[in-house]
Amino acid sequence: MAAASASVPSFDALEVGDLVAERSFELTRDSLVRYAGASGDFNPIHYRDDVAREVGLPGVLAHGMLTMGLAVQPVVDWAGDPGRVADYQVRFTRPVVVDPEAGAVVLVVAKIGQLDADARVARVDLTVTFDDQTVLGKAQVRVSLG
Amino acid sequence: MPVNPELQGRVFPPTEPYLVGREKVREFARAVFATNPLNLDPEAARAAGYDDVVAPPTFAVVMQEKTLAQLLAEPDAGIDFSRVVHGDQRFTSSRPIVAGDLLTATLTVSSVKTLGAHSMVTAESSVTDASGAHVVTAVSTLVVRGED
Repeated sequence: MAAASASVPSFDALEVGDLVAERSFELTRDSLVRYAGASGDFNPIHYRDDVAREVGLPGVLAHGMLTMGLAVQPVVDWAGDPGRVADYQVRFTRPVVVDPEAGAVVLVVAKIGQLDADARVARVDLTVTFDDQTVLGKAQVRVSLG
Repeated sequence: MPVNPELQGRVFPPTEPYLVGREKVREFARAVFATNPLNLDPEAARAAGYDDVVAPPTFAVVMQEKTLAQLLAEPDAGIDFSRVVHGDQRFTSSRPIVAGDLLTATLTVSSVKTLGAHSMVTAESSVTDASGAHVVTAVSTLVVRGED
């Protein structure tokens, strides 16, 4: 169970549209290899240029689940406890191509999308972009603030 | 070969129990750029009322990988892994995963749909702890691209 913490956001002070958090993430090929090992997803399209090219991709891609995993982190820090995240969903709409030298920068903006006063659950909507284009659709985090 | 429509509704045997290790949680947390001390520091986690470090919200993907391996290995499934694209993903938790948990995942194929040459498979992995209590359900929609 989520224990009480001094840093819990006050549900009653929240309003739909409030900016909750904003953070940018610099991905490199090293980030992809690290995530492959941590998650057990060793699909070579996430670390081999030749394989990515062979299957018709524009380059080596970040794991969709890496993008999903990092995009929720600003919300976790805002909530003060990863255990307050009761539900998290995304749709993978566009790939993040990670250049071997320049890497890739992923921007996350999190805003209050909906407030359920009875359950004291805030729905936080994420806008996640790479190269000025959205890469996750319907990215919603339900945070329990009861 | 198209995805076998008879997969819909199929329930797979539970995976081998998986013991969540503290260093695995920390390794995963670092890999997803987690900075919250409850993910990384056992003392901070204990101070907040947990037994050990708390896994990030997407950690259940590690369990889901094991169930999807069962699905791909099913002889009559007709799923070619090289043609699979991840469509969407959801985690619905009863409680967070904490280091020390002994978890089991059970896969149900909740739907198989065909859209032209492509198929969409929705796979639901229900994760329970050693007491049998629900921890998290991971729902993944896989798009299987048809032959060109």
